[in-house]
Amino acid sequence: MTKVTMTVNGKAVCGEVEGRTLLVQFLRERLGLTGTHVGCDTSQCGACVVHVDGRAVKSCTMLALEAEGAEVTTIEGMADADGGLSSLQQAFQDHHGLQCGFCTPGMVMSAAALLAENPRPSEAEIRGYLSGNICRCTGYHNIVKAIMAASGQDVSAIAAE
Amino acid sequence: MPKDHGIGAPSKRREDVRFLTGQGRYTDDINLHGQAHAVFVRSQVAHGRLNGLDTTAAAAMPGVIRVFTGADFAGVGGLPCGWQVTDRHGQPMQEPAHPVLAQGKVRHVGDPIAVVVAETLEQARDAAEAVEVDVEELEPVLDMKAALSDGAPLVHDDLTSNLCYDWGFVEENREAVNAAFEKAHHVTKLELVNQRLVPNAMEPRVAVGDYNTGTGDSTLYTTSQNPHVIRLLMGAFVLGIPEHKLRVVAPDVGGGFGSKIFHYAEEAFCTFAAKALRRPVKWTCTRSESFITDAHGRDHVTRIELALDAEGNFQAIRTETHANMGAYLSTFAPSVPTWLHGTLMAGNYKTPLIYVNVKAVFTNTVPVDAYRGAGRPEATYQLERLIDKAARELGMDPIEIRRRNFITEFPYATPVAVEYDTGDYNATLDKLIEIADLAGFDARLAESKARGRLRGLGINCYIEACGIAPSHLVGQLGARAGLYESATVRVNATGGLVVMTGSHSHGQGHETSFAQVVADMIGIDENMVEIVHGDTANTPMGMGTYGSRSLAVGGSAMVRATEKIIAKAKKIAAHLMEASPEDIELKDGAFTVAGTDRSVAWGDVTLAAYVPHNYPLEELEPGLEETAFYDPNNFTYPAGAYACEVEVDPETGKVTVERFAAADDFGNIVNPMIVDGQVHGGIAQGIGQALLERAVYDEYGQLLSGSYMDYAMPRADDMPFFTVDHSCQTPCTHNPLGVKGCGEAGAIGSPPAVANAVVDALQRAGHASVTHIDMPLTPARVWAAMQG
Repeated sequence: MTKVTMTVNGKAVCGEVEGRTLLVQFLRERLGLTGTHVGCDTSQCGACVVHVDGRAVKSCTMLALEAEGAEVTTIEGMADADGGLSSLQQAFQDHHGLQCGFCTPGMVMSAAALLAENPRPSEAEIRGYLSGNICRCTGYHNIVKAIMAASGQDVSAIAAE
Repeated sequence: MPKDHGIGAPSKRREDVRFLTGQGRYTDDINLHGQAHAVFVRSQVAHGRLNGLDTTAAAAMPGVIRVFTGADFAGVGGLPCGWQVTDRHGQPMQEPAHPVLAQGKVRHVGDPIAVVVAETLEQARDAAEAVEVDVEELEPVLDMKAALSDGAPLVHDDLTSNLCYDWGFVEENREAVNAAFEKAHHVTKLELVNQRLVPNAMEPRVAVGDYNTGTGDSTLYTTSQNPHVIRLLMGAFVLGIPEHKLRVVAPDVGGGFGSKIFHYAEEAFCTFAAKALRRPVKWTCTRSESFITDAHGRDHVTRIELALDAEGNFQAIRTETHANMGAYLSTFAPSVPTWLHGTLMAGNYKTPLIYVNVKAVFTNTVPVDAYRGAGRPEATYQLERLIDKAARELGMDPIEIRRRNFITEFPYATPVAVEYDTGDYNATLDKLIEIADLAGFDARLAESKARGRLRGLGINCYIEACGIAPSHLVGQLGARAGLYESATVRVNATGGLVVMTGSHSHGQGHETSFAQVVADMIGIDENMVEIVHGDTANTPMGMGTYGSRSLAVGGSAMVRATEKIIAKAKKIAAHLMEASPEDIELKDGAFTVAGTDRSVAWGDVTLAAYVPHNYPLEELEPGLEETAFYDPNNFTYPAGAYACEVEVDPETGKVTVERFAAADDFGNIVNPMIVDGQVHGGIAQGIGQALLERAVYDEYGQLLSGSYMDYAMPRADDMPFFTVDHSCQTPCTHNPLGVKGCGEAGAIGSPPAVANAVVDALQRAGHASVTHIDMPLTPARVWAAMQG
């Protein structure tokens, strides 16, 4: 067992981990931050995406020890300062960008990383960026729409009812 | 103007806040004090005899609490099958045993053999590697037709063959159908494969068993679409626990699509082991394990024929399908290729004579059961591909041939035993032509051509039978369960309501839409209504969520219970206002005496019910809580028309979906935003089936597409925006909400639209010999078709 220290959602945390302990296990099992999900074991589905030092990372594909000293943000750290939904989270609710909710934390984290590097992405850019996040419920329609809306684009013309 | 609250309003989903902030509570988020971890040792071969099992080394590994094997389950029942199909000779299907852990033989890769329970997951995993399994490999049974040949190895040694049943429907029509084919002007034939799919809900299955030594009560937390069904099946048939000593909780569940209907061995194991070890036992499925243990879907091989007269009128349909059951009968498996498939072969058309033959076959593969649509996508795909082929052969327009044969008068009794209550297929087709902008297709075709791309247009119709199901009918058809639904409406003293439903939400948004219905009926704010589901301890016995049944059946139960509440509340209001109950009206949350200005508020009445100081106690019990069970007297029949436009790269055969439009008739709509979302998701799964997904076994019975590296899940960049419409509404005539169900339509209606579009693109490009390409229409298959 090795001691690991990092900052998660602005709070300093530490714990003893095995060498094989994944970052996602550390977050879920040690810190009780169960908003980050595990949907596969081949680094494909993206339900486990968190931010490590500002970059979107699949936390099932990073060892906890690799995050030594890092700044980690999870879905639990994405709300506004007053605890309300951030504008991105609000856009997901407004545009029905989630159904069962299981892929949602990873989708929000990936979308936030995309908007940080590309504040006004096109539909194609969003779809391309999300190719590492699988959703089985929504057909992606309302996820893409929500991200476009969150970036300030007019989505009223997109395939209405 | 769309409504802003109540029935018909696009109310935002209340469940979203917890999911968007990481506060959802899925089964894997549950960790109980003192919990141990289970890891399954599974068969690595498709078919084999278990000659020995050595758990000595594993049991001695650090942290191991106990290693369980089949011997521990000798006194325990097997996993039951919930539906008995009768074959065309009147005999019951062959029904093999389905042990919790393998007894003597293993029958598919993934079949559970032993389980290691240890202090930590890592210790359990390490020790599972040390269990030594002595398996004598046997020749696997994989191809369905070979499985039925003489001398084929038997999946189950105690059965007479690998045939589960040979079903004929309607058997009495068989000769008349054959005669119609003999005198037909034209016969169109098609052989097609509805390939095996893996449902792949994003949340893998999880089970946590718990046992209370003080009370003797067992609790199972599980990823289920129907916790009451699991309680009944597991308690009564597997473990022998009476229902009052067994609680099943399905908390937030991350998608199901059918795969979480069924009772699985891991649920029974964790419940059993928790009692044996006197501590909680948790099992979390890995995705790799999901692929080889979750029930798969589809896997039909079909030959279908359509007899037509010279004007293109359908005279008769004849089909022969081989349906793969896999190695064991999953909970509802036998019903899928029969009653959920044969009954839909009339589609939207007035074909007078239909005969459906289905041979269900055991193979050494993962069991196959219901997956979104379940039998109905298979029926729709056969029919709508066949009609397209017939139109081409007769030189008719694919829309015209459909219109010519539409059922236009309702109710309509089909020759396959169902009665459509209502519908308007011309209306949805007209709407489709408008929203898909079919008038603009030629211009888009020219534009594609200018870029060197082939373009094709596919359209099709669909009908489904859902709102499952009338109990008396399904009982006659072999169901070993009733298919009613339940609701308890509890009104609190201060006026808020809790609605406890037997259905279950795992993405469908019931917590929002069910509240809209009850709030609308009473005329109060939606936020005064809370929906509780998923826990057998605090909900009435219900059959759960599948078959697009929740609103049509569960919602109807909720309406009935709310009607009882309103009737009683009116009596209380009448007493308070010294009026006759018949004169009381409820509107906008206030009771008034008709024709007067006398009124009492909803909250005054609910308070009186629980503080009955001024109350007709001699006539009326205090309190305001009612339960209703609703058993539908027919299925519901959503229907619609879909259009897909594809581009095909002539160099590579790659297909891209450029446009997709869906015009559906779901009857009345409670929350149009949620309905749109349901259709979007169904379409994506249908496009996934049409272009990407396929479970592939090699000749040894190994699942080659056993991970997301190999099984092509639809991703964001595989999809366009969809155009969906549900403004054509013929309300269901037999449930109180007039609703039909919308959960499966997209997955049922979309695969033939895509396949028809690809064939159309190739035909337009001069590939006249290409009349069919099997799904998934991968670049390799499309390219090969173009090479002739």
